[in-house]
Amino acid sequence: MYRYDEFDSDFVQQRVEQFRDQVERRIAGDLTEDEFKPLRLMNGLYLQLHAYMLRVAIPYGTFNSAQMRKMAHIARKYDKGYAHFTTRQNVQYNWPVLKDIPTILEELADVEMHAIQTSGNCIRNTTSDQYAGAAADEIEDPRVYCEIIRQWSSLHPEFTFLPRKFKVAVTGATTDRAAIRVHDIGLAIKKNAEGKVGFEVHVGGGQGRTPMIAKAVRDFLPKEHLLSYLEAILRVYNQLGRRDNKYKARIKILVHETGIEELRGLIEAEWERIKDSALKLPLEEVERINDYFAAPAWEKLDATSRLFEVKRFEDRGFANWVKANVVAHRQAGYAIANISLKPEGEAPGDITDSQMEVVADLAEKYSFDEIRATHEQNLVLPHVKLDDLFEVYSTLSAAGLATANLGLISDMIACPGLDYCALANARSIPVAQAISKRFSDIERQFDIGELKLKISGCINACGHHHVGHIGILGVDRKGEEYYQITLGGNANENAAIGKIVGPSFSYDNIVDAVETVVNTYLEIRNGKEESFLDAYNRVGLAPFKERLYA
Amino acid sequence: MALQIITANRLLDGEVVYFGENAEWIENVSGAMTVEDADGEASLLAAAKTAEASQKIVGAYLMKVKRDASGIHTLSVKEEIRAKGPTVRYDLGKQAR
Repeated sequence: MYRYDEFDSDFVQQRVEQFRDQVERRIAGDLTEDEFKPLRLMNGLYLQLHAYMLRVAIPYGTFNSAQMRKMAHIARKYDKGYAHFTTRQNVQYNWPVLKDIPTILEELADVEMHAIQTSGNCIRNTTSDQYAGAAADEIEDPRVYCEIIRQWSSLHPEFTFLPRKFKVAVTGATTDRAAIRVHDIGLAIKKNAEGKVGFEVHVGGGQGRTPMIAKAVRDFLPKEHLLSYLEAILRVYNQLGRRDNKYKARIKILVHETGIEELRGLIEAEWERIKDSALKLPLEEVERINDYFAAPAWEKLDATSRLFEVKRFEDRGFANWVKANVVAHRQAGYAIANISLKPEGEAPGDITDSQMEVVADLAEKYSFDEIRATHEQNLVLPHVKLDDLFEVYSTLSAAGLATANLGLISDMIACPGLDYCALANARSIPVAQAISKRFSDIERQFDIGELKLKISGCINACGHHHVGHIGILGVDRKGEEYYQITLGGNANENAAIGKIVGPSFSYDNIVDAVETVVNTYLEIRNGKEESFLDAYNRVGLAPFKERLYA
Repeated sequence: MALQIITANRLLDGEVVYFGENAEWIENVSGAMTVEDADGEASLLAAAKTAEASQKIVGAYLMKVKRDASGIHTLSVKEEIRAKGPTVRYDLGKQAR
């Protein structure tokens, strides 16, 4: 993992002290709320329905046990004993009080964490593949480039007041697990015909009220030009992006209104001007950062483990967990273990302070001290020996963290919704809870197969409903909650925006409607090997619509 | 005019508060001061302005309510949740006290 250098430590400490002074001045009345609000947002501090909410950055979703223990400590000491993992690979606290925030930030700085650029119209936390450095299908580790982007974009003076927020995602694998095509910039590491490694650059993706899939702006960017090309894109956006209407201010609107051809011309012209400037990445610097992400000292092991196989045979719960949550690792004898934060009937992404400490202990003992947060609101132990998997499972199980459902219907993304969020129109969490209870039978979930259900409580789409195989959007109708269903969305390398199936459903009817969609799929599929998404792509909306509105 | 009260969040902890019959900012909607005319509305807004200027509250706004024999009732799901706490965690928010 990357370790802070002197520069990182200094600027985070400086920011803590600046914010402490700003909070004191706000409480003393020397700053009005209008003056204070942009300052608190620059430090990840929102005011939600019931209390303040602090959003803490987890750069590219990678963190260690000391950081997890600190997060647990903050949940216990300053909050209500739990935290919430978000779709941005960040973590949120829902109940801190204003005067404690500078001290919380000081405690976070002790473990090289902060809340800078988790809000505001700036370049936000760069997100990535949760299996980075462990995935079998990886070309190069994307975290190296995420870290370079983090260093470049942190407090970047030119890009602190953009027309709107700006999100970058990077994948280094052939399977896109980072949803790069629904980000402002999506970078896919690829090899060109000569075998050189660089980036395919996508621009203008996003969700919200105008969902769009990003367009390829450059097929191959040599890696030494990463920052100059990003700077060229940001510069064109900063200059031409709309500031008159916040709903039309994201770069996706600029791409749509200008056209990708014309925009590409502008970006390339700016890039030509700056590509050989100080932004050109020195390869020795790339190598230096690469060293921070060097593979752990994996042991040379057999590809199979007798202990693992015996336990899988003996223990059905373990077998189900392995089937759903364990993924192939690049190194023989190791596995990637996913920890679902979607136990039956619980709030997606929530985890208690004690559970965080269990995960920290497991990471330290069994996963080279590494933990990952996923944009699907789960956690990952990326490097677990097959021999250790049963022990890991047993410990997780005792802590209520061994739900076997990854990628299945109960592994839902859900935003905090109207239970917490000041922007929401409808509740998301209780809908997710009711769906997870309705589909609690694991055999039924396995029979349904891969199905990504995503719920947002408003059109801002923090719950990624546009790219859910089944998407649910909460809307307000005269003070009452209704839910619109979309079908056919997809966040991976074949990204697609879901289509609205028809009129919305009441709070009391939405779970039945989801079950009708699922049952329709089970009736029409060409065998178990045809997934929900494949079946939808074959038949379209019609059969689902027919059943839902019969 | 419809029956209205004024609500905000407390600056120090973000707690949902209402301007009360006792002319204090209180946590329970049942004690909120209700108004039904333009003068009453202006007096609530003036009270909020004073409280905002003295760092007690932020984000004040008027909201419609109804009253029956059992007391004051909010009219939307959002205000009901603000008045009680998350519907998914009865151990949190005002409802837990």
